[in-house]
Amino acid sequence: MSESSAPAPVAQRSMVAQRTSVIALARLRDLALLPALAVLLVIGSIISPVFLTSGNINTILTSSAALALVVLAESLVIITGKFDLSLESIYGIAPAIGAMVVLPAEGFGFGFEWPTAIGILTVLIVGGLVGFINGFMVVKLRLSAFIVTLAMLIILRGMLVGATHGRTLFDLPGAFYGLMVITLLGLPLAVWLSALAFAIAGVMLRYHRLGRALYAIGGNPEAARAAGIRVERITWGVYVLAGVLAALGGLAITGYVGAISANQGNGLIFTVFAAAVIGGISLDGGKGTMFGALTGVLLLGVVGNLLTLAQVPSFWIQAIYGAIILGSLMVARFAGGQSQE
Amino acid sequence: MLETPEQAEFGEAVPIVEATGVSKRYGATVALSDARLRVLPGESHALVGRNGAGKSTLVGILTGLREPDSGEIRFHGEPAPAMADREGWRRRVACVYQHSTIIPDLTVAENLFINRQPLRRGFIDWGTLWRDAREVLDRWDVSVSERSRAGDLRVEARQLVEIARALSYGARFIILDEPTAQLDGEEIKRLFAQMRRLQAQGVTFLFISHHLQEVYEVCQTVTVLRDARHILTAPAATLPKDALIEAMTGEQVSFSFADAANRKAPTEGPLALEVSRLRGEDFDDVSFSVRPGEVIGLCGATSSGRLGVAEAVAGLGPYKSGTIRINGAPLRSGDVPSALALGVGCVPKSRHRQGLVLTQSIADNVTMPIANALGPLGFIAPARRASSAKNAIETLGVVTQGPDQLVSDLSGGNQQKVVMGRALSSHPSVLVLIDPTAGVDVKSKEALLRVIENTRRDGRAILVASGELEDLRVCDRVLVMRHGKVVAELAAGWSDNELVASVEEI
Repeated sequence: MSESSAPAPVAQRSMVAQRTSVIALARLRDLALLPALAVLLVIGSIISPVFLTSGNINTILTSSAALALVVLAESLVIITGKFDLSLESIYGIAPAIGAMVVLPAEGFGFGFEWPTAIGILTVLIVGGLVGFINGFMVVKLRLSAFIVTLAMLIILRGMLVGATHGRTLFDLPGAFYGLMVITLLGLPLAVWLSALAFAIAGVMLRYHRLGRALYAIGGNPEAARAAGIRVERITWGVYVLAGVLAALGGLAITGYVGAISANQGNGLIFTVFAAAVIGGISLDGGKGTMFGALTGVLLLGVVGNLLTLAQVPSFWIQAIYGAIILGSLMVARFAGGQSQE
Repeated sequence: MLETPEQAEFGEAVPIVEATGVSKRYGATVALSDARLRVLPGESHALVGRNGAGKSTLVGILTGLREPDSGEIRFHGEPAPAMADREGWRRRVACVYQHSTIIPDLTVAENLFINRQPLRRGFIDWGTLWRDAREVLDRWDVSVSERSRAGDLRVEARQLVEIARALSYGARFIILDEPTAQLDGEEIKRLFAQMRRLQAQGVTFLFISHHLQEVYEVCQTVTVLRDARHILTAPAATLPKDALIEAMTGEQVSFSFADAANRKAPTEGPLALEVSRLRGEDFDDVSFSVRPGEVIGLCGATSSGRLGVAEAVAGLGPYKSGTIRINGAPLRSGDVPSALALGVGCVPKSRHRQGLVLTQSIADNVTMPIANALGPLGFIAPARRASSAKNAIETLGVVTQGPDQLVSDLSGGNQQKVVMGRALSSHPSVLVLIDPTAGVDVKSKEALLRVIENTRRDGRAILVASGELEDLRVCDRVLVMRHGKVVAELAAGWSDNELVASVEEI
């Protein structure tokens, strides 16, 4: 994905430079991260000779795939003008429940020992169900999205720990690792899935009325309603979709790690928001693109990879990671020329 | 036109405020041109004029928030303080705006002494604060508790607290900017009683209102502004209502299209819009019908219910009983998508709140109601979206770089044209226009009114709910609403005075 996308944006950028109109400026925001990404690539190739090898790029993409799906989910919710913090808990609990309906009791499962296919389906259903409940409370009961999903985050984390007694689930059926084990043209299925999801979302947001409706709702829900957009129904649908995507992300990380721990996804939401915002998704809603969000994900993926390659002492990785997020945010802010709300 | 002699001069009193030769421009717009105002101590002075007459600019200049390009302001015969001297201005004049400047989650006492609380060793001295607040409230007869939460007060009590706060700074000249807009009858009476009491204690008021009846009730002198100019100042007692309305409306604005009075309204054929016995939150028993090619006006004060009726017809607002039929098919309450499907297009009341998504392009905004008709399976073909938007830009004369420009970059008049374009995009057979020319400049207004006329000729049925006389001029009939009911129906050809009198109930 990044191999093909890297040259294209550069071409786009020079095109943008030729046009001076307002529209070009608006689009520049999406490309704001590319300079930062380019700088990191240069630094990376200096620090480590293996950085730009196809093997390492494969590693970056593989390790970013799960995060990418959650960032996609969160970006859709934010564009619609809402929040969903609970995605990180869905990322943990959905694959866990899917696994537990399959696993025997002695493998810490519920003991239902349902077929694996149903287990995988359960993963997605749990994600969608949580999204449905979130949507109900935010859209129908008009509760604060931030607090509803924060509470849901805590509840689901607690339920996961409670159901597994804090133990890690392993020895799962092979299908649970499928997204990472099955490869296509050298890349795991999860990478292709994320790329496909981003591509579909990107096209839908740009060329489909539902996608345009998300921007309209996020930009001004009253005006969207006056134009005949079914604001409540669509917002609710976005929550459900976000839940399913987060569950899918959880399934991807399950394959990557090879097991499901009780704290899978714990703290992930901060990284998700960081990727979305440095990718140009406005927390005010109604602004941002899938391309921007994707560059946000890739930037964080590259940073994580670089820190490993540079053999930064593991105790310091978090501090440096945070500092780099802050730095990228500033680069994006000044390259994009707009304030980030 | 009525040019009064300087009979407004009462003896030798030094005016508490006197503005002479005040001019103010904003870019190409002249907001005030050589305006003057002379308010004598102890009187209640009304400042009236239609929207855009320059009232708010004058208020801004009188309160030291805006600097006039030329002209002079004197308080008690002395020149006004420097712009930066906020304290100096606050001691001389205060304005109670329509939008409250009270902070709802603080107590009344804290609001009275905001940012100047009595201190003891650097911390707020609560005992003194409560005592001082009580003293201020007692002195000016404001009967609210200094400890109650300001947000819990009634609108009228909040205004009194604001007045008391202004007086506690030492100002004895208070500007009331449409204080009655959010009050009901009883509250208005109480506010006026309080105004008279304060007047007796030596407070001078400049009273701004659209309701002429109120002007006659509490004011001794009236100043009329029109088109940024001073028109007249006269004692209220000697100024007949007709003359006042004439001074406000002036000569009829001559637009370059036919007045509805010069054409014959369609009298037969099917009804495009049929409203019968409609009842809702703030309107009751409203019935009327509109034929294709006919324009009906719905007029009345803001709280008259005209907005509720228009929004019900557009599917934007709910109704409780009665029926709305669009080309014979009943419309459900508060359902925009089905209203659109039945062929209703709408320009909602506020373009910022309901009309536009400012973060989106013109093309996106214009095609919002027809997004499902621009390609297969809900996909939007970029070429069709662009051509639809270009079409709207051309027919409405939107001044823009192109369909991809963000609407937040457009001027108010052009934004309003985009809202109109959005309403027309679905080729509605019934068009509901709520304040379609609110807050736009004269040229845009003319363009928008011409669009209404062209749309009528296309055989659409149009409902115009507006308080602006020019908007209603294009209507074949105007229904006047008061307190939720239709109280009068004027055929095209009405005089401004007739309509204003009917709306204002005088």
